Amino acid sequence: MIDWREVSVSFGGPPVVGPLSLTVVDGEWLGLIGPNGAGKSTLLKAAVGVVEHTGAIDLGGRASRAGLDIAWMPQRPHLPDEMTVTDYVLLGRTPHLGRFGTERGRDLDSVQRSLERLDLVELSGRALATLSGGEAQRAVLARALAQEAPVLLLDEPTSNLDIGHALDVLEIIDGLRKHEGLTVVTALHDLTLAGRFADRLVLLAEGKVVSDGGPREVLTEEHLEAHYGAGIRVVDNGDGPTVIPSRKRRV
Amino acid sequence: MILIAGVLVGSVVIDPTRVLKALLDRLPFISLASGLTEVQERVLFEIRLPRVVMGGIVGSILALAGAGYQGVFRNPLADPYLLGVAAGAGLGATFVIGAGGGSALIPPVAFVGGLVAVLATYALGRTVGGRTMTSLILAGVAVAAFATAIQTFLLQRNYETLREVYSWILGRLVTVGWSEVVILLPYALVAGAVLVLYRRLLDVLALGDDEAAGLGVDVLRVRRTVVLAATLATAAAVSVSGLIGFVGIIVPHTVRLLTGWSYRLVIPLSIFYGASFLILADLIARTAVAPAELPIGVITAFLGAPFFVIVLRTVRGST
Repeated sequence: MIDWREVSVSFGGPPVVGPLSLTVVDGEWLGLIGPNGAGKSTLLKAAVGVVEHTGAIDLGGRASRAGLDIAWMPQRPHLPDEMTVTDYVLLGRTPHLGRFGTERGRDLDSVQRSLERLDLVELSGRALATLSGGEAQRAVLARALAQEAPVLLLDEPTSNLDIGHALDVLEIIDGLRKHEGLTVVTALHDLTLAGRFADRLVLLAEGKVVSDGGPREVLTEEHLEAHYGAGIRVVDNGDGPTVIPSRKRRV
Repeated sequence: MILIAGVLVGSVVIDPTRVLKALLDRLPFISLASGLTEVQERVLFEIRLPRVVMGGIVGSILALAGAGYQGVFRNPLADPYLLGVAAGAGLGATFVIGAGGGSALIPPVAFVGGLVAVLATYALGRTVGGRTMTSLILAGVAVAAFATAIQTFLLQRNYETLREVYSWILGRLVTVGWSEVVILLPYALVAGAVLVLYRRLLDVLALGDDEAAGLGVDVLRVRRTVVLAATLATAAAVSVSGLIGFVGIIVPHTVRLLTGWSYRLVIPLSIFYGASFLILADLIARTAVAPAELPIGVITAFLGAPFFVIVLRTVRGST
């Protein structure tokens, strides 16, 4: 689990996030949604200690150990051009190696599994600069999975993926969650996709929680038009809420 | 092989097989009559061998320092000379020589000079142009020019040591004996060990500060430690051999071209390639215009400057 308690973040001014509290229990998939600048990424960054925050973020009373308990996939990862996919994914093992350790068989196995899961085996020797946007994004996710942390924080993990790959990748994450009891928090712009996979959605606006609940409770036209502006329709064909842009309503 | 050539070539001709015998003779439990004259023995063990060993150590640690700075600053152009570290260390060394201090005092003072220089370069590079690659190097050029100006001023004030310092500045392995090797060795071992231990963490730094921190790495501490070690290496090298430029840029990039990107390979291999490169450069320095000698810094700059341009072009092309 992961627990934000009375957390707020400010960059030298009024807080951009919070104060807010949020608890995600073991095995839960929480989808953070909200317009640009709502504080989704910042909330995730605070949890890995990349931005300063007040309040407490822990694993239910237990402090998180950097890298071991939480794997974070950033929205805009820094990809060294010449690094190969394998070397890159291998860096995900860093928290397990101690300060000056080197990889052992177990680490290489873990990397191999991550590569297989994300269908990257054939690309394993390629330099990162030669990958397409979608391939690179899968490599970043593979690195996060190689950390084998119980909590996964994924910031826009499917922003560069076509709809087919996006579904595949989210299914993989869901499978891991179910088999290994991972706790997953995603920040997704695609509201429909967020609603299909997350057990629970939290709608953030201006750093505050404005709606929290199951997809059908949160993804309503009323909520969305209040925070994204007019022009959004929500239909439900039994598969869950589907969000549809509507130009007629916008004007 | 380069090591053997370095021992063999020189103004006093020595028969190679005899050299080999003489070297083996020095090993425990082996006794061989080399047939070398006493003069030849002395040339071999007291002039050529220390010079080759010293060249190897200096080449290794300069290459390591270059690779270390490149990793920490995430800048392929970083090099002890281009960052102004060597000039700062040189200023420290000049200060000691000018004040008539002993040679054991040179490395620590050079270390302080180098450290001040690298911090100044980093601070200046950030204030001038954020974090772009060239602004760091330009800052290094400014710091180096400043340190060199003070150094020249010191030299003019201490006219009697001018010659001594000047020949040292150009980089020379000419006058070394085993005593200089002994002074250099502890610094080289400490700095080298730290850089080898941190090789994997340098790979992690390539992901940027945030992601490295997300993987549980204490970025600030890694950065500080590696900068300290690389600066110590540079100061030690400058203290015994003067200013030998471009080794820190030529060697790591050559290793990268040959084996790949990761510091896990670049760091250990730089030790061997750095040693071979400098011994070879020294060999050229003392044979190209024989019987006179060229300063070794001239050779490395002659090779390094074009190399630098090539690296700059490829870096520019890829970003």
